[in-house]
Amino acid sequence: MSDALTSLDRPNSYIGRSVPRPNAKRLLAGRGRYITDIVLPRMLHVAFVRSPHAHARIVGIDAEDARKMPGVRLIATGADLAKVCKPWVGTLDHFKGMKSTPQLPLPLDKVVYAGQAVVAVVADTRALAEDAAEAVLVEYEELPAVIDIDAARTPGTPVISPELGDNICFHGKIDTGDIDTIFAGAAHVVEEEFHFGRHTAVTMEPRAIVADFDPNEMRLTAHHATQTPYQFQDIYARHFGIPEANVRVVAPDIGGSFGMKLHVYHEDMATVGLSMLLGRPVKYVADRIESFVTDIHARDHRVRARMALDSEGTIIAMDVDDVTAVGPFSAYPRTSVVEGNQVFRLIGTPYRFQNYRADLQVVFQNKVQMSQYRAVGHPIAFAVTERLVDMAAARTGLDPVEIRSRNLIPDDAYPCAAPTGYKFESLSHHACLARLRELMDYDRLRAEQAELRRRNIYRGIGIASFVEISNPGPAFYGVGGARISSQDGAVITITPSGDVRCAISVTELGQGTETIVGQIVGEHLGVDRERIKVITGDTENTPHGGAVWACRGAGIGGETALRAARKLKENVISLAGSILQEQPDRLDVRAGWIVDAASGRQRIELAEIARIAYFRSDTLPPGTQAQLTVAQHFAPQGFPFAFTNGIQASHVEVDVETGFVKILKHWVVEDCGRVINPLLVDEQMRGGVVQGLGAAFFEECVYDDNGQLTNGSLADYLVPMAGEMPDIEIAHVETPTLDTELGAKGCGEAGTAASPAAALNAVNDAIAPFAASIAQLPMTPSRILKALGRI
Amino acid sequence: MKARAFSYARPTTVVEALQTFAASGDDASYIAGGQSLVPALALRLQAPQVLIDIAHIPELRGIALQDGWLRIGALTRHCETLSDPLIARHAPLFHDAAPYVAHPAIRNKGTLGGSIALADPASEFPAMALAMGVELEIANLSGSRRVPADEYFIDLFQTAIEPGELLTAIHVPVVQPSHRWAFDELARRRGDYAIVGSGILADMRDELVAQIRLVLFGVGNTPVRAKRAEDALRGRQLDQSAIVAAQAALSDDLAPPDDEHTPAAMRIHLARVLLGRLLGRIAEVA
Repeated sequence: MSDALTSLDRPNSYIGRSVPRPNAKRLLAGRGRYITDIVLPRMLHVAFVRSPHAHARIVGIDAEDARKMPGVRLIATGADLAKVCKPWVGTLDHFKGMKSTPQLPLPLDKVVYAGQAVVAVVADTRALAEDAAEAVLVEYEELPAVIDIDAARTPGTPVISPELGDNICFHGKIDTGDIDTIFAGAAHVVEEEFHFGRHTAVTMEPRAIVADFDPNEMRLTAHHATQTPYQFQDIYARHFGIPEANVRVVAPDIGGSFGMKLHVYHEDMATVGLSMLLGRPVKYVADRIESFVTDIHARDHRVRARMALDSEGTIIAMDVDDVTAVGPFSAYPRTSVVEGNQVFRLIGTPYRFQNYRADLQVVFQNKVQMSQYRAVGHPIAFAVTERLVDMAAARTGLDPVEIRSRNLIPDDAYPCAAPTGYKFESLSHHACLARLRELMDYDRLRAEQAELRRRNIYRGIGIASFVEISNPGPAFYGVGGARISSQDGAVITITPSGDVRCAISVTELGQGTETIVGQIVGEHLGVDRERIKVITGDTENTPHGGAVWACRGAGIGGETALRAARKLKENVISLAGSILQEQPDRLDVRAGWIVDAASGRQRIELAEIARIAYFRSDTLPPGTQAQLTVAQHFAPQGFPFAFTNGIQASHVEVDVETGFVKILKHWVVEDCGRVINPLLVDEQMRGGVVQGLGAAFFEECVYDDNGQLTNGSLADYLVPMAGEMPDIEIAHVETPTLDTELGAKGCGEAGTAASPAAALNAVNDAIAPFAASIAQLPMTPSRILKALGRI
Repeated sequence: MKARAFSYARPTTVVEALQTFAASGDDASYIAGGQSLVPALALRLQAPQVLIDIAHIPELRGIALQDGWLRIGALTRHCETLSDPLIARHAPLFHDAAPYVAHPAIRNKGTLGGSIALADPASEFPAMALAMGVELEIANLSGSRRVPADEYFIDLFQTAIEPGELLTAIHVPVVQPSHRWAFDELARRRGDYAIVGSGILADMRDELVAQIRLVLFGVGNTPVRAKRAEDALRGRQLDQSAIVAAQAALSDDLAPPDDEHTPAAMRIHLARVLLGRLLGRIAEVA
């Protein structure tokens, strides 16, 4: 550590500093207030009768006995809720030809996945509601279930929604031309078929909502565990016919979301409808089994891909075929096509080659809906790309570092575009590769690997480059017709005591949004962070905005906060100039004082300015109207997305007798532009890496041939636990985006984006001496043993 | 999910517990640490009318040496199994297996008697009870009896305990200087139910296997004694050929469940690997 002063030693220099989260202690002390903690007067509880079948016609519902049971207030069916809720359709206009069926809170005549809610039972307690739910008799006529990823497209397979004509949700193609010719003339071609299992978010706090409809004023307050309160305000207003201004969505403390809590779920819509039918608050908190069978799942792709290289080991083309099965309908309002779209547009993007052909088929099947989850599409795109790069290295005799060095886009080649259409402002693949090599001591690890192999210890090293989509503009959803904002809004006020309140539309899920907003406001307004209160997660008290998804909180929300703080600072300095009879450009605000800009000499405290403005406006010069509240909106312009980049490495040891893998170490070098808070960025990286390693080794939603989820509990569905996770070392390269003054890009998904790819390469490297290979995630012991030919 | 409503009784003696059960017909459950029963209640897999809490019965506690046996009260918690010096010395397979039983929070509540009474075929303690050849002390209103472990495990979650009876203690024959033992398991994550686990207790005389009890768990409806593998080892030195013979014999001893994620062939393969490693460990210290 150097003792020399740095830019961080200026007053209120928070950007770039590891500041702990102010809310962490409260949450640790058990003072969090989650949806399940909310108890309202006259509140009722709902339990759902769920379908035991993956595909069946509802023949009849007999709720007579259940209605008479203790504490039961309402039993509602699909027809009852259809009277208050307009159906929704999960399509976007810019996915040409995509289709999906209208959805209602509860089905009218047919169930399309096992566990689908069919009847709602509302009672005084959840236990009483469950008692009555057991007494509801639903008669079904079972229909053949579409389960296999190929069955959905095979002629003769039953069509899940006959009105759509077939089981194809969307078909996309990219073709830069002449791909077959290029492959025919290539010196080397490597190819593989990859399988990616379904997995799900498993948030610590499950989905939860308390809907409170007041018929007297036509007002709905939804306390909702979500990351996107404004999106739900819009949806509740339009689908339940309530004026938008009368719909308030409050997202209090949220126990993790990871993309899972921004989709529309039947139970949540039903709960709102039930509150309207009853005129009373109704609470729904999913239990863990309900979470497994009804939360969105992610991934579920089968990708056949090949890569062509010239004799020098230069990648010249890729050819990709991706099939993904998304459940019986497309999720709303973001659709279930985005993941596949990102898979087939992200493949190959760290590399220079420009010849690309890809085919994407998104198909329906009788499993729960699949949609966006942390790092949408990225883990699949980079597992495919990076495994093929390693296969190409083996084929051409190049070291995995060397082949990447030859093929990654040069750091001075920007701006440039991928053959899939994505545009890159400025990335740093080679700087990251060089930093990684040094960080992991690559050459020493290779020497150790060779030495240990002689003693029958099989270690593997896997490397994976990646890019990550962040700071999305309207090209993401807005152009497709979705009412999902790509802008954010902030209102900052100086209170009469000289404290600061910042109400902003980006939301806090435990990831530290409020912390970084406080840092940015503190630095750009010139006040101590401790005096800034950041308010999020309530549509009644914050301006409309996109909130947090696709890594936009820091880059877009942060820029909004920056601009709002600067605007407010101008107002403060202008007012101070009037009071001090000083030229405003000779003044600055530092640590809560108006100071002489040149000398730093303190002139007047901010609190004194506020006192005068609020209580002694009579002492201000005539015509002066103090403006100590400002509002600011910011929408990203310039590049459609701010791409980030980085590289990861995984070090594993495979027990070739048991197929068990010990994950020894993981490294990440990433470039998210301006790092606002290194501590929080590193936390995001580590959490993201762990979720990716979960996908690589543990997590999979396993269905049987009848469409039943067979491992829907935390005993059977394996989430990664601390005991199995390695140390994760992180380094940063900083290439700020020039599209904003802040220069920050997203960092929340980078860890997840490429850790499965690094792990896949590491395991394959470990078992390479046995001429074995694996191309399926998760890499379970049984799959590894099969790859090794041991079973 | 929430449990159905039930009545709750908290007897302070074994007799009172047995009487309470008898008075409630067959629709009662004993509850001790509740680490398996409470989730089953919450999932409504079980919904007894009466829950009889036996956690406050002093007779069910205590660990003591008696005539060459270690009597371990049924209410002994998993964490005590790990920390108690008498168990470490005289019933070492319980001690060695304890760190692999779930997680600390569960070990602080779960009881040895509860685990063995439930007899989950993937659990460590029932298997170690079989490996050590314990006797189970079972009480009913007519008195108390002791059932050898070899006769105790009948089928999936089915033991010699009759409805209404209570497992009161586990009697472990204390290990002798000639005994060698080993425990290990293969679980995807630490604390999970193992894909395959094993406990071995061998009596080594003059470098030969005089007696051996070789138990595997996670491979069938009950913990399984691999008797053919034992036969392959008895009277032999623990050398590589004996170990290979025992491994080969395992396919006659085991008929593991078959599913896509853990095929039967994989369990047998892993059982062989584990057996080889454990016998290797015993051979090293023998």
